[in-house]
Amino acid sequence: MSTVWIAVIAASVGCYLLKLAGLSVPASWVEQPWVARIVDFVPAALLAALVAVQGLTSGNEIVIDGRLAGLAVAALALALRAPFIVVLVLAGAAGALVHVLTG
Amino acid sequence: MLPDRAQTVRDAVGLGLAVGLYGVAFGAAADAAGLDVWQALVLSAVMFTGASQFALVGVLGAGGSAAAAVGSALLLGLRNTVYGVRLVPLLRPRGVPARAGTAHLVIDETTALALAAPDRGLGRLGFLVGGVVLYLTWNATTVVGALGAAALGGTARAALDAVVPAAFLALLWPRLGRGFAEPAVQRRVALGGAVVALALTPFVPAGVQVIAAVVAVVLAGRPRREVAA
Repeated sequence: MSTVWIAVIAASVGCYLLKLAGLSVPASWVEQPWVARIVDFVPAALLAALVAVQGLTSGNEIVIDGRLAGLAVAALALALRAPFIVVLVLAGAAGALVHVLTG
Repeated sequence: MLPDRAQTVRDAVGLGLAVGLYGVAFGAAADAAGLDVWQALVLSAVMFTGASQFALVGVLGAGGSAAAAVGSALLLGLRNTVYGVRLVPLLRPRGVPARAGTAHLVIDETTALALAAPDRGLGRLGFLVGGVVLYLTWNATTVVGALGAAALGGTARAALDAVVPAAFLALLWPRLGRGFAEPAVQRRVALGGAVVALALTPFVPAGVQVIAAVVAVVLAGRPRREVAA
């Protein structure tokens, strides 16, 4: 079995068990300050790190290309409260435009 | 059907369909990361929690290890545990099959539907209808996205490459605004995560910088919180 399959299955089963745990464990186990802290703040750190890595890196290098234009357009669209799907289409269009102009 | 039940069903179906359509973006992101359509579908069918799914394929797509990818998905999945705790008094699932089935549908959107309803009966109805509609739509659109992306040429690929980070930005954005707890801290945490990840990129194996950024930000935030508490 490939590494990707192992990651897919392990993470899928793990995420399901996290959901099941919420319905099964006593509330006091989960209502700890450190759990609240992870739930409140880890997503922001993780998602921002993924924005940076997906938008600006390739392997071990920092790379500036159409993805950065896509991010800029997406940020503008989000600030104007555009729906999710519009944000993605605009970002994709910006990335494609940069590819056509520079490629 | 009573008017408020009809209204609850309408809202739940609308939300389920609208959010379920984003499965196209996930299927495309999975393909861009090198996953095949079956792997994308297993993620949507079994994991069924969007941010964790995007994180897993994001880290794998960046060349990260399986461990870093699984770790990212689980960290984001932990919030569903907390949702479950809040939902138990409302949904009161009885017996193992009901509990196992209910657990599968515990995500951001269904929790919001259940908690926003005016009473327990409507909460359960919104949770179930929204959850089932979202599940079916999300899985169908995942396949469409993965197959569609696999057929793309160079320029469309570049478009897709730009869509993936934008999707993460769109997931992050609501956390930084006024609707969320402590938006100023959220913004500092997000900036810290991005800066640490970029700074580590040249020096660590791909994907590790994402987990390292999270750990660094959490550790850096610790003393301030303890003083505050």
